[in-house]
Amino acid sequence: MKLKYPYIILMALMWVATSCKKDTYDAPKITLKGRLVYNGESVNVEYDRVPLELYQPGFGKTGAITGTFAQDGSYSMLLFSGNYKLIIPNGQGPFRWNESTSTNRRDTLNVNVTGDQTLDLTVTPYYLIKNPQLTVNNKAVTAAFGINKIITDANARNIERVTLYVNKTQFVSGGPNYNIATTDLAGSAITDLNSITLTTTVPTITPTQNYVFARIGLKIEGIEDMIFSSVQKLQL
Amino acid sequence: MKKTYKAFILAAMLGTGACNKDSDYLDVQPKNIIPTETLFSDPTLVLSALANLYDRQLDFSGLDNGWASFADFSEAFPSENGSAYLVQRNGWGFGEWGTWDYAYIRELNLFIQRATAATKLSEDDKKRFIAEARFLRANYYFEMVKRMGGVPLITAPLEFTGDVVSLQYPRAKESEVYDFIISEAEAIKDLLPSNPDEKARVTKGAALAMEARAALYAGSIAKYGTNTPQVSLPGNEVGIPASMANGYYTKALAAAQQIINGSAGGYQLYKEIPNLSENFASIFYDKSGKNKESIWVEDFKAGTTKTHSFTVNDQPYSQSEEGGDAGRLNPSLNIVEAFEKLDNTYAPLATTDASGNPIFYTNQQDIFAGRDARLEGTVIIPGGLFKSQPVDIWAGYQLADGSIFSSSDAADLRALPGTNQSVQVLGRDGPANGKEFRTQSGFYIRKYLDPATGSGRRGRRSDVAFIRYRYAEVLLNAAEAAFELNQPGVALGYINQVRSRAGLTNPLTDINFDRIVHERRVELVFEGHTLFDMKRWRLAHVVWDGNQMTLADLKTNIGSATKRNTQPWGLWPYKYYNPGNPNNGKWLFKEVKPNLVTGANRFQFGNYYSQINNDILSNNPKIVKQPNQ
Repeated sequence: MKLKYPYIILMALMWVATSCKKDTYDAPKITLKGRLVYNGESVNVEYDRVPLELYQPGFGKTGAITGTFAQDGSYSMLLFSGNYKLIIPNGQGPFRWNESTSTNRRDTLNVNVTGDQTLDLTVTPYYLIKNPQLTVNNKAVTAAFGINKIITDANARNIERVTLYVNKTQFVSGGPNYNIATTDLAGSAITDLNSITLTTTVPTITPTQNYVFARIGLKIEGIEDMIFSSVQKLQL
Repeated sequence: MKKTYKAFILAAMLGTGACNKDSDYLDVQPKNIIPTETLFSDPTLVLSALANLYDRQLDFSGLDNGWASFADFSEAFPSENGSAYLVQRNGWGFGEWGTWDYAYIRELNLFIQRATAATKLSEDDKKRFIAEARFLRANYYFEMVKRMGGVPLITAPLEFTGDVVSLQYPRAKESEVYDFIISEAEAIKDLLPSNPDEKARVTKGAALAMEARAALYAGSIAKYGTNTPQVSLPGNEVGIPASMANGYYTKALAAAQQIINGSAGGYQLYKEIPNLSENFASIFYDKSGKNKESIWVEDFKAGTTKTHSFTVNDQPYSQSEEGGDAGRLNPSLNIVEAFEKLDNTYAPLATTDASGNPIFYTNQQDIFAGRDARLEGTVIIPGGLFKSQPVDIWAGYQLADGSIFSSSDAADLRALPGTNQSVQVLGRDGPANGKEFRTQSGFYIRKYLDPATGSGRRGRRSDVAFIRYRYAEVLLNAAEAAFELNQPGVALGYINQVRSRAGLTNPLTDINFDRIVHERRVELVFEGHTLFDMKRWRLAHVVWDGNQMTLADLKTNIGSATKRNTQPWGLWPYKYYNPGNPNNGKWLFKEVKPNLVTGANRFQFGNYYSQINNDILSNNPKIVKQPNQ
């Protein structure tokens, strides 16, 4: 059979009419973002260590949409509109958040997502690092800072250690890839919470770069996640 | 004529074929399934069903679940490029090590139910079969509770009656699961034979060994769980109250002592070969009646399909029976230096003197001299023997100016400076960075390596058994329980038996927690205990803290329970080349972190109990989540 021109037109039209129907959902487009804050101040944590979970009930199987906080305590998620329950799992994060007074376990936060929104999570960190001054002289990085003890009631915890971390990238914390130089000071060795100085020396970096990033971390006894000051870039 | 014939045939066929009763016509015995009643009428058939259940037991590191199951935790380096992730990752996912095989539990429960109902089996057979299935069930619950904490305790087959909720069971307390294991062991121990020569099927010894280990685990979780109060749940699905510690330790000691005093048969430490290292190595491959040490094993048999590739994968490269298939599992210097000296002291291997100059050794093995015999029973050291042949491990020449003269492959011959004859400048067995299938740490594994000819061939493979419970561990369990119960004299008695078998004939006179931890580490390394020991002592987050392991970390605090162990190190031998110098041709050694080691293990609180996945949580809302996840 010879293929006739009108047939081709017809087929093309049918193809256009039927096949361009979208066969899947749109990607989620609504942004839910925010930070961990205490008194308006950002609470800095370790990269990829403190999770938050969103549950959307009513769709059969349960399972969390999991995200983690960035180093500066911010988070951001793309979602569909709907009602969600937000939780920072028990035992995560160097702070207390939404703890029930009777069980001492965390409760959920209901979040109604209808459009882009910023939702800051107010937490109570055990400690905060105040006035961190990071200076560099030759190759020695010096950190001078004080520590604010925020939780002083029955839930208070001691300082295990404070650490000055230096890295060649902006990811600065414990772990093998996130520091090139560290100095520890045990909590028991701290005499004055208002004035602490730590110094560390930057090793030779290959390939050479003339800047480093540094911040101070504070480990709380019995809490896995550390609390940090904000990352600073230092010119060598 | 023709028509009559056809009619006759038709009538004949109808007459013979059509007169069966309709109900009989469809009632045909299946040929591929043995009906339950038939199976439970013949002990041979029951045993074959039971063999399937035995085969489905889960081991942490098993000879048939891959060499890589032995390679983690910085006790070894994986010399296979596809497995380098083991030393490049910075920790473990929360789901790692999880198990949730309720299909297996159900089939064990069905087996027990059907065997109990069987009428055609002799009472003795029945008793033993049921006891074996109960053992397997308890041992699998033990495996689950080690990994997941408290799990739903299902002890009878569940039937679906249209109501899903009736099948949803909440998690039992962690202590309840341990109590179940202990009570099952007590209930079945006298139904099982007391025969030290029965290894592949469980015996009274196996039941008591399981009981001792389970009670010890529960005791230590109760005691050391106080160090990590975060690792617990309010309903005690995870975590055991500290007040229960002594009760468990008492049970552990009592169960172990029943084996030690011979009430389960004459188990004893294996002491058959005068060379103590050979002796230690042959515990794992001597399957003769002389081996009264192994209590329950997963057995293999050459010539059947039940063989394993451990020797194929891990044999020394130069002696490989299968071309380049070899050398994957390389014990680290971390574990090698943990083997103490014969005077019961710890020391790093002496590579440099006090002022930092290299120490020269005439023979390669000299640096390892005077150490615990288990060292050479567990690993093959440079110059050490396998199948009576020395391995050829050296990383190159060191020249007078301190530079290294080597090549990337033993087959690349090079002429040393000042000479013009090309010579071998690298050991045939390694080490060179990134050269897979030969050592990159400077050591090969010896434990489980099969000296039988052909065991390194893929066509035959090895039939060395995997020992699940052995007498030396029973002694160490007893020692630990006695130590925790404040009976140091009793503890010393047991631990010194294990040590003297290893050539440490000066008895210890003082026992402490670090000694217990150390002794289990060197005696039981690569036997699947490392993770669970570190978990139950709540030391895992301390020794695997995610920080880089420096040379100073490596060489100090040996024998300390809290020593950092985040990255595997190696020890590379070099030949000194300096003609005219008295040290020319002698050996020097360097601690080396293999190039591929870039990650450092970090054990988080959320790793203590493996994640229960969302499918399980959705199917059964009564299951509570693990802590810290």
